[in-house]
Amino acid sequence: MKKFIAKRVAKELKNGDVVNLGIGLPTLVANYLDSDQDIIFHSENGFIGIGPTPPPGQEDIYIVNAGGKPVTINKEGAFFDSATSFAIIRGGHIDVSVLGALEVDEKGNLANWMIPDKLVPGMGGAMDLVVGAKKVIVAMEHTNKGRPKILKECKLPLTAQGQVNLIITEMAVIEVTKEGLLVLEINPKFTIDQLIKATDANLIISENLKFM
Amino acid sequence: MKIIELDELKNLIKDSMTIMVSGFMGCGTPHKIIDKLIELGVKDLTLICNDTSLVDFGVGQMVVNKQFSKIMTSHIGLNPESIRQLNNQETEFELIPQGTLAERIRCAGAGLGGFLTPTGLGTVVAQGKEVIKVDTKEFLLELPLRADVALISSHIVDKKGNCFYRGATRNFGPIMATAADLVIVEADKIVEIGDLSPENVVTPHIFVDFIIDGGSK
Repeated sequence: MKKFIAKRVAKELKNGDVVNLGIGLPTLVANYLDSDQDIIFHSENGFIGIGPTPPPGQEDIYIVNAGGKPVTINKEGAFFDSATSFAIIRGGHIDVSVLGALEVDEKGNLANWMIPDKLVPGMGGAMDLVVGAKKVIVAMEHTNKGRPKILKECKLPLTAQGQVNLIITEMAVIEVTKEGLLVLEINPKFTIDQLIKATDANLIISENLKFM
Repeated sequence: MKIIELDELKNLIKDSMTIMVSGFMGCGTPHKIIDKLIELGVKDLTLICNDTSLVDFGVGQMVVNKQFSKIMTSHIGLNPESIRQLNNQETEFELIPQGTLAERIRCAGAGLGGFLTPTGLGTVVAQGKEVIKVDTKEFLLELPLRADVALISSHIVDKKGNCFYRGATRNFGPIMATAADLVIVEADKIVEIGDLSPENVVTPHIFVDFIIDGGSK
C-alpha cells in the first residue's frame, strides 16, 4: 500500500523540481522515479542532491539525511548551513514538499507533529516546509486503522494553516480547492461510497474523475 | 594561542550557563567536548541545539545524564529520555520550528532585533507572539537567540581559527559561531595558518575563541 502511494506521488514530480521528502512513507517516493525524471532532492540538514543509500561499508559519517541515516550526494549537489537551508525552504525555492499526516482537513490545514500528552516529538522542519514550499503534498494511508484522517476540521494541534494542496492515499487523489476537497482520481479497487465512508469531510467528485 | 586542552573546559563551562551545540542528529556535533562535559558533570545548563539526538549519541547522552534544566530544540522524537523528561515535566522544553531556530540564532549573530516569519502562524507556536502585517501578509515576530557558549565542530581548522566544514556537518556551526560570547570549536584536524585557502573558509577566525583538537573520527 505504501509503495502504491509513493508511486503515485512520484508522478507528480516534474523535471527540475526541487523536492523535500519527509521521513517515512514520503522517503519511498525517490525509489519510483522514471529514469528520465531529473529531480533535485533537498535535505533540510543542509544539502541538495541526495543520492541513493550507500552500500554497506561505504557509508560516510559526514553525509547523512535529516533522520541521521547515511546517504550520498550527487556530483552536482551542494552543502550549506541551516540558515541557508531554511532560506531555501521558506523563500519559496522548494517546488514540492511531501509529508505524512496525522490529520488533514477541508481547508488544507495539516496536523502532523504532535498528539498532546502522548506523542510530542517536535516539529523539526515540518512547519517551515509546509509554509514555504510552492506545492504541499500529503502522502498517507487514507485512515488510521479505519479511523478517518481526512476531516472537516483538524482536531490535533496544527502544523500549518491552509497550506496543503494535494492529498494522495491508497484510495484517492484529492485536491484542496476553495470549494472544498475535489476527488481527482480514485483507486479502481474502491467504490465512491467506500471512499466517502472512509472520509470524515465533504468530498466533491470531479466531473473528469480518473482511475489512479 | 587559541588551542586549548579538553581539560580547560572545566574553567570555561559552568553550571547554569546557556550553551549552543552544533550538529544534526549528532552529525556535526563536537563529540569529544560532549564526552568531557559528561565527565565534568556541569549541570542546570540551558541547551540550544537542533535536536536531542539519540540516548547514546551526541547531546542525547547529556539529556540522559540530566545536565539540562531547559532545552530549546526543534526535535526530540528519536530520544525517548527527552520525551520522558518532557512528559514528566522534569526538564523545561521549548520546541521551536527548525527554520525559526536557525534564523533566531542568525539574527543574534547579525545584530538584528528579530525577524518576521510565516512559519507557525495559526499554530501553538504563535501563542504569546506578536503578529505583524506587511502589506496583506501576516507574519510572526521572532526574537534573536544568543548563548554564553557555542560548542561547534569543524573538519579542518587552522591555528588562527579559520574553519572548513565537511559534508553535512556544517548545519548550525557557522551561525552558532556568530551568536555566543565564547566560541569553542572542536577540530577533526588542526593545520598551520595558510594551509586553508581563504576561499574555503566558511567561519572566519574572528568568531573563534578557542580550538580543541578532536582528532580524526
